[in-house]
Amino acid sequence: MNKISFNYSKLLLPGILLAILVVLATLPLYGSNYSIVLLTSIIMYVILTVSWALFSGSTGYISLATAAFFGVGIYTSAILGRTFTASILANEYFVVFIVIIGGLISACLAFIVGAITLRLRGIYFAIFTFGLVELIKNLLLWYEVKFTGTRGRFVVVIGNETIYYVILGILLLLLLVTYFIRRSRYGLALESIGEHEEAAAHIGINVTMVKVIIFAISAVFVGMTGSIMAMRWTYIDPYISFDPNLTFLPVLMAIFGGTRQMYGPIIGAVVFAYLEEILLTRFPYYYMLIFGIVLAATILYLPNGLVGVVQKIIARLAGGKHAHSRG
Amino acid sequence: MLTSILDVLIAGLLLGGLYALIAMGLSLQYGVARVFNISHGEFIMLGGMATLTLFTVFKINPLIAIVICGPITFVLGYIIHRTFFRHLLTSLPIFGEITILCTLFLWTVFRILADYNYVRLNQFAALAICLVIAIILDFALNRTAFRRIHESRVAAGVFESTSMLFSFGLMFIIKNIAFIGWGPSIRSYSFLQQPVSIAGALFGMNRLVTLGFSILIGLAFYFFLTRTRIGKAIRAAASDPTVAQLMGVNINQVLALCFGLGAAMAGIAGVLISMCYPVNANMGIEYTIIAIIVVALGGLGSIPGSFIGGFALGIIGSIVSFFEPGLALVAYYFIFGLLLLIRPKGILGK
Repeated sequence: MNKISFNYSKLLLPGILLAILVVLATLPLYGSNYSIVLLTSIIMYVILTVSWALFSGSTGYISLATAAFFGVGIYTSAILGRTFTASILANEYFVVFIVIIGGLISACLAFIVGAITLRLRGIYFAIFTFGLVELIKNLLLWYEVKFTGTRGRFVVVIGNETIYYVILGILLLLLLVTYFIRRSRYGLALESIGEHEEAAAHIGINVTMVKVIIFAISAVFVGMTGSIMAMRWTYIDPYISFDPNLTFLPVLMAIFGGTRQMYGPIIGAVVFAYLEEILLTRFPYYYMLIFGIVLAATILYLPNGLVGVVQKIIARLAGGKHAHSRG
Repeated sequence: MLTSILDVLIAGLLLGGLYALIAMGLSLQYGVARVFNISHGEFIMLGGMATLTLFTVFKINPLIAIVICGPITFVLGYIIHRTFFRHLLTSLPIFGEITILCTLFLWTVFRILADYNYVRLNQFAALAICLVIAIILDFALNRTAFRRIHESRVAAGVFESTSMLFSFGLMFIIKNIAFIGWGPSIRSYSFLQQPVSIAGALFGMNRLVTLGFSILIGLAFYFFLTRTRIGKAIRAAASDPTVAQLMGVNINQVLALCFGLGAAMAGIAGVLISMCYPVNANMGIEYTIIAIIVVALGGLGSIPGSFIGGFALGIIGSIVSFFEPGLALVAYYFIFGLLLLIRPKGILGK
């Protein structure tokens, strides 16, 4: 007699994810104000990290432009918020509208950058994106001082809870998109580009197009996050908006967590964002020093990140049961 | 009109000398050692800040500081490549790297605890304790866990990205140690500022000295590469590391030497920069970007290319600054984007 077996362990991960999401979604009902603010900034880092890993983790092209897309989102929010009156802004759908516009403008920027650099070797992409943040910062600074006369701008203020729900929505959307991209033809194409780009081109993948599209998609979420975080910070200037640390930290978090699995970057981002919240206000320099040491040690000793180590331990505990599965 | 054109051109040459020197260092690190060193600017910062301290505290002439900072940054770069980058290249842990990382980590923890008043210890005593613990740990790990790891050369593409990411970590570490040591304030000193007239235009003596040193170092390095045995080995390693090794070149030595020389050039450039411009612990990244653009402009890995690219960018920067001072970096970037569209391999790239 055939026994119909169902592998319950397959349900474990989605179950945990669902439980976490329910807790997160209902948090404003019982959580303190501080916990909402804290989670908003942790979720911000998770979004930045996962969207970095979506493109760079699988293709191996290291993007250093996260802060640029983030800043573009911030400025979209600041400029649009100014042009409309306060009565329209009271409508929460309008906030979502601004956030979407911010994401789309970031995607356009990513598309242009990708079209220029992604047909070349990977190092050019890294170089170009590395300076992009400084470029936009300098251009904006020059514009603001020359034409508006002031360096900073004020952004419309909205409630912390609205911001929290919008950012949670962005996170959900990002996770869904990431999941489906990894499962789709595009995900496989990205993997094969990461393994061997020339071979990928030879089996008929339009390499440049895939790269540019996924890069633009990953920028959408960064831009959206920037737009909503601007409303949380209320005052912005080019230095705050185009902070290079917002480029470096997601890279560090993703590598620390491990980029092979989808949940690696999430774990890395949560750990570090929490650490940052604790240490940043008291020890701004030591905390960056610790980050640097951890990044160096991770690259040297944990090439597959924290998740890689955990998987290795599990594989060893299971005693060769999963000996054939990869990683 | 003619004098102002000449003015701008000479100012561009003076700036270009510095750019060329910075870019040559990076070009050497990328072209031979294959490390795309994002922390390049931090070595410049170290050179600049160290010179400032030497001048203001110990009253040491900045020109003598070149002789001090150059070798120190060389040794620093050499050690960093000999331990960390060699590990990344061969995936074989090397004695010393854990000592460095662990000392830094323990020292940071100690500083944090000291700030909370949990520990009361002399700085140097604490550093010594950290060092001893780190060395013991390093020794123990090398005797046990690391013995099972076997050497395997990683692919060039993989090394390119891991080494770049590692240099990020390095950037964080060096920058923050500098912050702890020197603080974030912008500082400068005056040295050799008497004006010199060139064809009717006035320039500070210090800037001319800078240009002279850049050209001198560039030429010296060029002859070192083309005329000496080690130079030949470096060129061989640049064109094909594996074959060079088969021909009897001690490849690890040569790569570490190149990285060290690149760091030394950055350090010396830092000394020269501090003579003309204000310095602070945060200045590194700006020079890294300029170095990267110049290197790409001249052709990745081509040393004469980065020399020419440096002067070209210096003149462009000077022209743009003449009309709109805030837009120099934007102009560099615009040129960089244009270059990637038209001729991605750079002026002298292969």
